Amino acid sequence: MAADLKFAKTHEWVRPEADGVLTVGVSSYAVEALTDLVFMQLPAVGRKVKAGESFGEIESVKAVSDLYAPVSGEIVEVNAALPGNLETLGKDPYGDGWVVRIKADNPAEMDGLLDRAAYDSLVGSQPH
Amino acid sequence: MSQLLLETPLVGWHVAHGGRMVDFAGWRMPVQYASIVEEHLATRRAAGIFDVSHMGRLAISGTAAVEWLESLLTRKVAGIEVGRVRYTLITSDAGGQPVVLDDALVSRDTDAADGTTRLALVCNASNRDRVVAWLTSRLPAAGVTFADRTLETAMIAVQGPLAMQIVGSLCTPADAARIAGLGNYRATSAVVAGHAAAVSRTGYTGEDGVELVVDAAAATPVWEAIHAAGAPLGLRACGLGARDTLRLEAGMPLYGHELREDSDPSAIGLDLAVNLEGRSFPGAGHYCGLRNHPAGRVRVGLTFDSKRSAREGDAVMQGDRQVGVVTSGSFAPTLGTAVAMAMVDRDVASPGTAVEGVIRDSRQPAVVAPLPFYQRDKRRA
Repeated sequence: MAADLKFAKTHEWVRPEADGVLTVGVSSYAVEALTDLVFMQLPAVGRKVKAGESFGEIESVKAVSDLYAPVSGEIVEVNAALPGNLETLGKDPYGDGWVVRIKADNPAEMDGLLDRAAYDSLVGSQPH
Repeated sequence: MSQLLLETPLVGWHVAHGGRMVDFAGWRMPVQYASIVEEHLATRRAAGIFDVSHMGRLAISGTAAVEWLESLLTRKVAGIEVGRVRYTLITSDAGGQPVVLDDALVSRDTDAADGTTRLALVCNASNRDRVVAWLTSRLPAAGVTFADRTLETAMIAVQGPLAMQIVGSLCTPADAARIAGLGNYRATSAVVAGHAAAVSRTGYTGEDGVELVVDAAAATPVWEAIHAAGAPLGLRACGLGARDTLRLEAGMPLYGHELREDSDPSAIGLDLAVNLEGRSFPGAGHYCGLRNHPAGRVRVGLTFDSKRSAREGDAVMQGDRQVGVVTSGSFAPTLGTAVAMAMVDRDVASPGTAVEGVIRDSRQPAVVAPLPFYQRDKRRA
């Protein structure tokens, strides 16, 4: 897996792309913890989000979870194929399972996110 | 987790097999092992095994035991035969206004060797403390012995089209035949996988099957024997998550959700659980009045055309008018769509009525549906 991923404590991952836009998805840990996904709601393209704000939701048989924006910015693209193919989230969470692309207002907000090692240690210490 | 959770004798097995342990009504219980959907479907197609040891198991015996329970339960206990199991409510009028304390199964066991009548009551984990306190407060001076056996026993449910075959394969031919011959809501005793068990043809999934009560020390060997015998046939261990989706599809009320302290049993379709003829259980007059003068919201099913379900507490709307509230809701694995149970105004309670569930900030179309959502094919048995 690419080492350039950053993670939010709320289990979203972020990858800076060559064009400066950030790709955002859900960590494999979170997908596995949710299990039995049945529904996903994506935001409208063009929506402005603030870091920490809910931009969508993902629902499993047991519960509904919010998806939180890891950084502030504008949603410039959504993975429209995903809600109809939720198994992609489990099969390829860091590739085809991407959720949205965000054009960040302030790329320095990335510095507040966790690197892979820090995220692994965070989820490793949580009850599975 | 601020207070110590109770553990069933099977907790070690659950943890060793990947059970995701949660606090449920003060018990450390598995909500799922891997997938709720797979556990659910295994129960529908083959069998599921469930640790339901958190349920309260109360033993009542003595010369006045039948008469005493007859005075306290909404179902008749007088004249109950050995081996009969009845679904009942436990009501209290201690606070002036009658309330439903719990729903429960009451059964009559084989008499003790000295001829003493013995009965058993299985109640919800969440209500065990107050049920025990209430019953204790009503104990007569003599003639009834009452004991909470929850912690010294375990309860294992085996449910699904292959459940009877799997359990029977672990018994002597005579015991297997007796279990196979049990009618629904009948109980017997048998030796299962070498351990004495109370066996009742009951469950909370909409499938055929049994619930076994064994001594705590026998729980793991009995569980492992059933698991080993059933796994090659498709049996899976199931957590409370699948138990909840299975009972929802089967249209069974759950205390704290469909059934509450102030419930009108008639309005939630539980007339059969409340026998009013010549009865004097706490609140009998109150419940008689409710039955004779139907009012208020009634329990219905809702089916959605999406996999996204309304959840407990979500509003049910028709146009601008709130016509009800959801009491349980989930994606229903057998049906492939979302369903819910709700309490709704009587004028929208007819099957086919179009309503909407308010799911967070959006409205999801739903249709009032008859309960249960799922009924097993009884010809298969």
